Amino acid sequence: MLRRPYLPVLITIGLFALAFLAGSLRYNGFFSLQVLFNLLIDNAFLLIVAIGMTFVILSGGIDLSVGSVVALTTMLSASLVEQFDWPPYVVIPLVLALGALFGCGMGAVIHYFRIQPFIVTLAGMFLARGLCYVISIQTITINDPFYTKMALSKVRFPDGSFISISVIIALLVFLLALYLAHFTRFGRNVYAIGGNEQSAILMGLPIARTKMLVYAFSGFCSALGGVVFTFYMLSGYGLHAVGLELDAIAAVVIGGTLLTGGVGYVAGTFFGVMIQGVIQTIITFEGTLSSWWTKIVIGLLLFLFILLQRILNMGSTNTRSM
Amino acid sequence: MSKRPILEMYGIHKRFYGFAALSNVSIRLFPGEVHALMGENGAGKSTLIKVLTGVYRIDEGRILLDDRELRVANPHEAQEAGIATVYQEVNLCPNLTVAENIFIGREPRRFGRILWKEMNRQADELLRSRLHVSIDVTQPLGSYSVAIQQLVAIARALSISARILILDEPTSSLDRHEVEQLFAVMRSLKEQGLAILFVTHFLDQVYEISDRITILRSGELVGEYLTSELSRIELVKHMIGKDLQVLNQLTERTDRSDARGQEPFLEAQGLGRSRQIEAFHLTIHRGEIVGFAGLLGSGRTEAARLLFGADRADRGHLRIAGEGRHPIEAPRQAIRQGIAFCSENRKTEGIIADLSVRENIILALQARRGWFRALSRKRQEEIADEYIRRINIHPKDPEIPVRNLSGGNQQKVLLARWLLMEPKLFILDEPTRGIDIGAKTEIQKLVLDLSDKGMAVLFISSELEEVIRVSDRIAVLRDRRLISMMEREEISQENVMKAIAGG
Amino acid sequence: MWTRISKHHLFWPLVALLLLLLFNAVYNPGFFAIRVQSGHLYGSLIDILNFGSPLMLVAIGMTLVIATGGIDLSVGSMVAISGAMACLMISRSADQNSLGAVILAIALALGLSILLGLWNGLLVAGAGIQPIIATLILMVAGRGIAQLITSGQIITINSDPYRYIGMGWLLMLPFSIFIVAIVWLFTAWITRKTALGLFIESVGANPTASRLAGIGSRTVLLAVYMFCALCAGIAGLIVSSNVSGADGNNAGLWYELDAILAVVIGGTALTGGRFYLSGTIVGALIIQTLTTTIYTIGVPPEITLVVKALVVFAVCLIQSENFRGLFLSARRSRRVPADREVSRHA
Repeated sequence: MLRRPYLPVLITIGLFALAFLAGSLRYNGFFSLQVLFNLLIDNAFLLIVAIGMTFVILSGGIDLSVGSVVALTTMLSASLVEQFDWPPYVVIPLVLALGALFGCGMGAVIHYFRIQPFIVTLAGMFLARGLCYVISIQTITINDPFYTKMALSKVRFPDGSFISISVIIALLVFLLALYLAHFTRFGRNVYAIGGNEQSAILMGLPIARTKMLVYAFSGFCSALGGVVFTFYMLSGYGLHAVGLELDAIAAVVIGGTLLTGGVGYVAGTFFGVMIQGVIQTIITFEGTLSSWWTKIVIGLLLFLFILLQRILNMGSTNTRSM
Repeated sequence: MSKRPILEMYGIHKRFYGFAALSNVSIRLFPGEVHALMGENGAGKSTLIKVLTGVYRIDEGRILLDDRELRVANPHEAQEAGIATVYQEVNLCPNLTVAENIFIGREPRRFGRILWKEMNRQADELLRSRLHVSIDVTQPLGSYSVAIQQLVAIARALSISARILILDEPTSSLDRHEVEQLFAVMRSLKEQGLAILFVTHFLDQVYEISDRITILRSGELVGEYLTSELSRIELVKHMIGKDLQVLNQLTERTDRSDARGQEPFLEAQGLGRSRQIEAFHLTIHRGEIVGFAGLLGSGRTEAARLLFGADRADRGHLRIAGEGRHPIEAPRQAIRQGIAFCSENRKTEGIIADLSVRENIILALQARRGWFRALSRKRQEEIADEYIRRINIHPKDPEIPVRNLSGGNQQKVLLARWLLMEPKLFILDEPTRGIDIGAKTEIQKLVLDLSDKGMAVLFISSELEEVIRVSDRIAVLRDRRLISMMEREEISQENVMKAIAGG
Repeated sequence: MWTRISKHHLFWPLVALLLLLLFNAVYNPGFFAIRVQSGHLYGSLIDILNFGSPLMLVAIGMTLVIATGGIDLSVGSMVAISGAMACLMISRSADQNSLGAVILAIALALGLSILLGLWNGLLVAGAGIQPIIATLILMVAGRGIAQLITSGQIITINSDPYRYIGMGWLLMLPFSIFIVAIVWLFTAWITRKTALGLFIESVGANPTASRLAGIGSRTVLLAVYMFCALCAGIAGLIVSSNVSGADGNNAGLWYELDAILAVVIGGTALTGGRFYLSGTIVGALIIQTLTTTIYTIGVPPEITLVVKALVVFAVCLIQSENFRGLFLSARRSRRVPADREVSRHA
């Protein structure tokens, strides 16, 4: 018997395989380990951010601030490192802590004042983006040797293909998230709250702590995504990662997570990110197709998955009587 | 059986905003017994349960658990004390697996890592050994029926070493077989020495499973009885209240012309909906008031909703004004046929609390006229003023939001909304619930007047005296079935009660 | 009397707007000055109205959507699509200055917008998908569609009739102000003189009760999402006319958020029900004035975002019962959530 909750994830993995296969058949040089690795290299930051978003969405919330927090992190890192000459080993832990704190604060407002997550994180989005410009309106280029080293170092495999340090960070986060989601009380509480918050309260689960932790984790992931993005771009800029929150949400939904919360897998998000990457790669390989097709295809995939979940959900829960 | 009660509640008082939900109520729960808590709407059952589970704090009284004073501040503490509750709407997470739902918050762990295999094994064993069910505990809870979900909720309670199990209307949405399964579990738990507090509206089930019955009425204790010593008719009398003599005096009413000579307005032929109401036949004539009598949960509301299309019937036919047709699918259709429906849930299904009295009154009429044939503001005000005067809505300001009105006046606003439509059939579900006596009499009188003018009325109420007073004929419902149709001559307190009690 | 004024739904938004304007006047004494130059009125106040017109339009449409208890995240994308469509048609026509071509382009752009609104409406009313999720699809894909229309370029046009929409003058005032006025009056008329407003409010406040009263909520929802798209489409025309070109990527960016903010500031609750068009207009003006203020005091304009964030927090905290409860006395420090459903079958 096919288990229903797994179905969207299986479809996601199938779609990814199909897209990769189609690309391989159509283009020379597509079917290689390096193309696969490049998907990871180019989307490491998105993967990290989307993993944080997965927890938020699983808990029944949403975090619109992630893109702005990424930008703020690049800005803060660049400014501290270049303009204030702070060493990276101070700056990086600092920005990670600030990201977590920022998220935690939003979580607290959401929980204690019962304001919709959409609105609170919208304010968070404005705030973080605006703070970027308080630091500087210009791009700040990073020349710090540590950052350039992180940007340029490659981990080579025997066959000549390589990945970047960022990929390793992203994969570590991925493994950590898998463990968190499936093998810790925190993870299971997130699922429980997303499934039915009222029940979770009655079952005596720590709602306030879990919710704040979820947003703190998302803030942390955004900051880490920001650090990785800094490695990638070697600059801080207030317009970095505009619209990243949408990409992250799309990756989570395409990964089979229910936007209403409670159902989904971190592994699905991984493939959600990879699908977005593979679509981009195909469009690059095609040459004549332009980049905006990515958005249209992702929109289409979103539509299909939302509809699929709606159909799977039909008759069981969440059917509004209208 | 010389036992000492596990739990005793004495002289419990609980007031909300000056209204006494419980006054001087006592109840005892014994180990190895199923104790049925009975009462109609507003009897105080829910309040009593919420007091016991720590949702509400009592104003006066004592709660003793094992002879020690019990103080619980929230449901979680009640659980810790060994008092577990399983509600009709299962309070678990449908997206988690069965095993997780049993153990979440207390998962077996090593170094912080959840031991899934161990958890699944324990869950499986618990379900098998104590509840005698074997299901795949790794499946999400939502993939099982409500019946299984309730068993899982019971399993969770047991795993927290519950000694008192409260089952709040667990059988309302179960079918016969599922009820049997639940009862088997309850019997087994009884043997294991648990005290079970069982709330239900089904009399048959009370007599099948319970050992002891406590009856509440209007927040007061009627009494505690051994099930074997209380007859059904006595039980119903205690629940519905009032001595028969008093009732008979009340039901004196003016002679009304016999409506049966009139042509039928609506005939339901085998109308039904699975799990809600079994197929029933019903005829309502013009100018006639048909009453629905039955206990809460007997299917009276469900039947009425099918006639109006608030829920869709999945079987049967209708004849309206002599024309045969399929069951009504949506309220809009019903309204077009001249049917009006006042829901028992005034706040959630009746009034639009934010809107003004005027807007609430004209809402249905405007909906029938459509967007563009809008009633002018002047016309709306005329209508509102007319009805405010005619059925005495207070305060007399048509522009204040309906939320600021008292329950009785909100009800009158709803009546006005539908009277304005000049319906041919008016379905009134508990139109007098929770409103003061003055408004109540006014509404009853209004209903009689309307039927004198030729309107067909379907009148539903849990107050038997009220149904008997206004109805020309009475349909009695029990356990989701329309079991008998009483003609004028047969209607008496005794007869109706007997029919409700059944068996 | 005073309490009646202070309880009016426009009171606090207007106070906020006046304070902002006063701040400007103190900072820049010439702020309220309006001068006539070659038959046109110029001045900061006129600028606020003029530059704020697309936001006011989008916010008017959003008000109705939010009143039904929904939300439309795709308005920003629709602004871009509509502008792109109009500019594409004009750039393709033989004579860009021909009035006929411009009218045709406008009709096509608005027609497309309504179609997109229909799509949103069908997902919400037909498929029963939560509005925030349903409109997310077009929010993401819409940017792509806009770029598809412009082939990823910034289409520039040179059309006097089209430029008139956003840059023209009528009776000494910018033409866009008249567009806003017309849409506003039309919306007020259609919601208050027909029964649409009543239906929107009742569906938003209590969908179940509305259904039982015989209101066809589907039609209402469809109409509202289509109308919201139309408003976004008109705003798109103004935005693209202002710069005589269409930028699929950046036109209408953040509009959905600004519009939602304007609606909320204006007193319409995100949960649906009563709506206040005039409040929304004031809300949009507050946002626009904020932007202008920040320009005039010489802070980088991007920092507007920080101020907006603070405004959102402030507005939401004021609307949050729990927050107000903090100040209203520590009457009951702990509230078990189940406490609120006292009357389920009590």
